[in-house]
Amino acid sequence: MTTVIVDYQSGNLHSAEKSFVRMAAETGSGRVIVSSDPEAVLAADRIVLPGVGAFADCRNGLMAVPGLFEAIRRRVIDEEAPFLGICVGSQMMASVGTEDGETPGFGWIPGRVVRIKPGSGGIKVPHMGWNALELRATHPVLEGIEPGDHAYFVHSYHVVPEHEEHLLATVQHGGPVTAVIGRDNIVGTQFHPEKSQATGLRLIANFLRWRP
Amino acid sequence: MSDTNLKVRVIPCLDVKDGRIVKGVNFVDLVDAGDPVEAAGAYDAAGADELCFLDITASTENRGTLLDLVRRTAERCFMPLTVGGGVRTAEDVRTLLRAGADKASFNTAAVANPDVVGEAASRFGAQCIVVAIDAKRVADGRWEIFTHGGTRPTEIDAVAFAKDMEKRGAGEILLTSMDRDGTRDGYDLALTRAVADAVGIPVIASGGVGTIDHLVAGVKEGHASAVLAASVFHFGVFSVGEAKARMAEAGIPVRL
Repeated sequence: MTTVIVDYQSGNLHSAEKSFVRMAAETGSGRVIVSSDPEAVLAADRIVLPGVGAFADCRNGLMAVPGLFEAIRRRVIDEEAPFLGICVGSQMMASVGTEDGETPGFGWIPGRVVRIKPGSGGIKVPHMGWNALELRATHPVLEGIEPGDHAYFVHSYHVVPEHEEHLLATVQHGGPVTAVIGRDNIVGTQFHPEKSQATGLRLIANFLRWRP
Repeated sequence: MSDTNLKVRVIPCLDVKDGRIVKGVNFVDLVDAGDPVEAAGAYDAAGADELCFLDITASTENRGTLLDLVRRTAERCFMPLTVGGGVRTAEDVRTLLRAGADKASFNTAAVANPDVVGEAASRFGAQCIVVAIDAKRVADGRWEIFTHGGTRPTEIDAVAFAKDMEKRGAGEILLTSMDRDGTRDGYDLALTRAVADAVGIPVIASGGVGTIDHLVAGVKEGHASAVLAASVFHFGVFSVGEAKARMAEAGIPVRL
């Protein structure tokens, strides 16, 4: 079994790699590789797409690697391999991003990526730090994670899915902010599981064991 | 802090010189207090919400030592790490992020060349760009930015500068009172509040923590989104856990 963490030069994959390697060892889930090679993606059992920075930059960076997105799309959509998007990697599953103009997403989860509204009463944007999860659905990837468990967020935009059933978890920050989205064999976390200590490691282990 | 479940962060800061932890009292009299990677692991286990490394060597020759430190810390600690000191260009930010830092902090460079903040934010996202502001009180309700370890006045107003940095794309302000740093007399609450209320991005209070009540005041009176301290944690005056428990008693939302 192989899990590939897709590298398209979007920031730091060091912690992501180490956390997945550790949990793969603990769950007996085979090996974890970091790669930008479409062949590696096509051969992988599970695909993780991280992403930090601006939506358009991430998408352009991903599309700039020849054959990479097509390999991801084929494995995830045609062949239904388990997929986890993290932060902007999760946002890109939506229909459209609105950071610095409109940029199309993958369209896997219908919805828009919109800016969190800074409100009164101490609502700061970026939404930065630990927030308490509210679970909207049960899901194998959220198993053992309790309402009120904390995850680490650092972002100004979030996915607003068109369909309520795609919203798996939220947090409160001037209103509900999307924390986890998903359908079928794909999930995405707005927070950083690789930075969320025990809660994050549990989610990673759940993903590595998940058989959708 | 209504209408959010976001917690106030408690951030131990490790001042690092040549790969070892130090903590300056008013930026002189450095005392060696151990290995940063070991300390990072201990703070991770103790429930710290983030870690901050401040490289006070900041010389080009020793940059490799810092990057190695960041790399080894990121391998061990699955928690957010901010690195500051010697960050001058967008390329410096990239190097740190690639090594495993989650955020990079500009200090002097942002004063000398504010455009670098916008450049770095547009390349890597506002969420990973911190601007560290070292401010000294110069009159009632007025604070001025000092650079080069607090030795050089700039005549730049701290509040106006913070607003400008926000506009340019900074994701967070790390605000240190040069009057209080190393004194253990508590944060400069008026300064903290003036900046925190002026910007829509999070402000980390820094400089002067001696007691847990200082952390509480930094949030309640200073309106800080996060509280940073160094020596009180390193020398065990109180632990991260004790700090958070008392903050919770005082009605501050923390992650326990």
